Amino acid sequence: MKPAMNVLVCVKQIPDPNTPGKLDPRTKRLVREGDLVLDPGDEHAVEAGLQLVEKDAGEVTLVSMGPPRALEAIRRGLAMGAHRGILVTDPELENSDALSTARAIAGAIKGQQFDLIICGTESTDGSSGAVPAQLAELLGWPLLSFAKKLEVANGKATIDRQTDEGYDVVEAPLPAVVTVTGGINEARYPALRGIMQAKNKEVKQLALAEIKLDGQVGKAALTQEVVEVAPAEARKAGEVIEDKGDGAKRVADFLKDLKVI
Amino acid sequence: MAGTWVYAETVEGTPKPIALELLTKARSLGEPTAIALGPGALKAAEALGRYGAKKVYVHEDPAFVEVLASPAVDLLARLIEQEHPDLVLFGMTYEGRDVAARLSARLGTALIANATDITRKDGGLAVVTPVFGGSMLVTTAPRAKAPTLVLLRPKAVTAEPAGSSGAPSLETLSDPVDTGKPGARVLRREKEKASGPRLEDAAVIVSGGRGLGAPENFKMLDELAAELGAAVGASRAVVDAGWKPYAFQIGQTGKTVKPTVYIALGISGAMQHTVGMKGAKTIIAINKDPEAPIFKMADLGVVGDVHKIVPQLIQEVRARKGK
Repeated sequence: MKPAMNVLVCVKQIPDPNTPGKLDPRTKRLVREGDLVLDPGDEHAVEAGLQLVEKDAGEVTLVSMGPPRALEAIRRGLAMGAHRGILVTDPELENSDALSTARAIAGAIKGQQFDLIICGTESTDGSSGAVPAQLAELLGWPLLSFAKKLEVANGKATIDRQTDEGYDVVEAPLPAVVTVTGGINEARYPALRGIMQAKNKEVKQLALAEIKLDGQVGKAALTQEVVEVAPAEARKAGEVIEDKGDGAKRVADFLKDLKVI
Repeated sequence: MAGTWVYAETVEGTPKPIALELLTKARSLGEPTAIALGPGALKAAEALGRYGAKKVYVHEDPAFVEVLASPAVDLLARLIEQEHPDLVLFGMTYEGRDVAARLSARLGTALIANATDITRKDGGLAVVTPVFGGSMLVTTAPRAKAPTLVLLRPKAVTAEPAGSSGAPSLETLSDPVDTGKPGARVLRREKEKASGPRLEDAAVIVSGGRGLGAPENFKMLDELAAELGAAVGASRAVVDAGWKPYAFQIGQTGKTVKPTVYIALGISGAMQHTVGMKGAKTIIAINKDPEAPIFKMADLGVVGDVHKIVPQLIQEVRARKGK
């Protein structure tokens, strides 16, 4: 029998990307309404982890940092089939930057043995994509980034890494951090049975004091501060017409005016 | 101490376009120093000088291209400790992102990603990043020890050679690169074939989204693009669905393009997409949903069925070209 794989997947709860945010003209702060969801990019990371442990053997642990309600995003991953969760939650961690997040996750898993950490390439809301590489650096592990294919065998992980021209085949010894793109798999939809089982799966909640990182994370360790939020110069909408059989002609005329043809 | 550094990605002795964009921006912030790593770095130094680098560190060890990020991070950390720049610019590219993020964790410094502008103001730095698909701009100031690491989005700046030319001073490094640590090693590189102009260079782009309904419908886009001498692009939804390879993707997680004319077909205009194409001079959109956000930014919008209009458009274009 093959040795069991111990996989950690980083997940984040984000405002539903289909509900655009807006600017509160009074407070100049970004306000977002609508539901909170598990980042769709992270669903691919959970799926990649599940496929690995289903092929061989092992377990998938989910880790997230966020407010107490981020538990719902972890439950979604558990409903997909992950085995347990860790939620790092503390008021002091509100508005943490990426480096704080990476430190908190590294702190939360200290002393536990993982073979592989899988993340999405970047969150859909923040999009900086920094946490996975920072986590790899803090742990001293290699990073296999932008994977559109992932295989694990003989103590090594091998990926097809997206490039501008195609892809590179890249290999690293375990333990390693991998970031996966949306193209790597089709994330499964949780079945009712999975949703029921998820309610009884263990989610360990950790406060800041328990990860022993005072002063290194959260508000005390902010590396940057937003000083201004302003609307960008908007593109003006031009003419919108309804196609009554002459739509193509209108576009062709416009292309002619633009000297494209 | 102030000092503006640029992590200059090169390929086979030529700077990548992003390296020249970074130098163009860096010139407005100080006297730029460039760091060029890997085989061909020395050959690229002259071009980096033309775009404003006063000094170029070069290290030609093949490990910089054979092992992802770590060798570059080791070297940068050592040089930064020695020279104390207060700002290091990277491109928001596959390589730049990995190197900058690892370096920020190594040094405990601020990393500001997705930037489109950087200024020095009252002795500090102000970094502008677009949010919500570029509809709003956030200005961020670093609050950590130097250096601040900034990832600049490709095409945020138009690369222009520096006015005064003069060869940069060169510092050739040859200290051994530690490849003993567990690293991510490139085994081979695969190129996917592409025809027509490159998306990044194309004056006209014909781009397709989920509204096309099925992957085979991209054939009519290829046909239209061929008539217009255009490149073909795609939205993330279409790439995630496997209809088109990632190399076609335009948007936040894909390419940023600035063509003269952008024709969006069956693309709703999600923020994820528009951040990559809103710099187009003229936008034409065809979509069946009159509420699609793309119509709020299109110069000409047609509410209608792409499956009907695109084949007609190909005929119209051919007819006009015939005259």
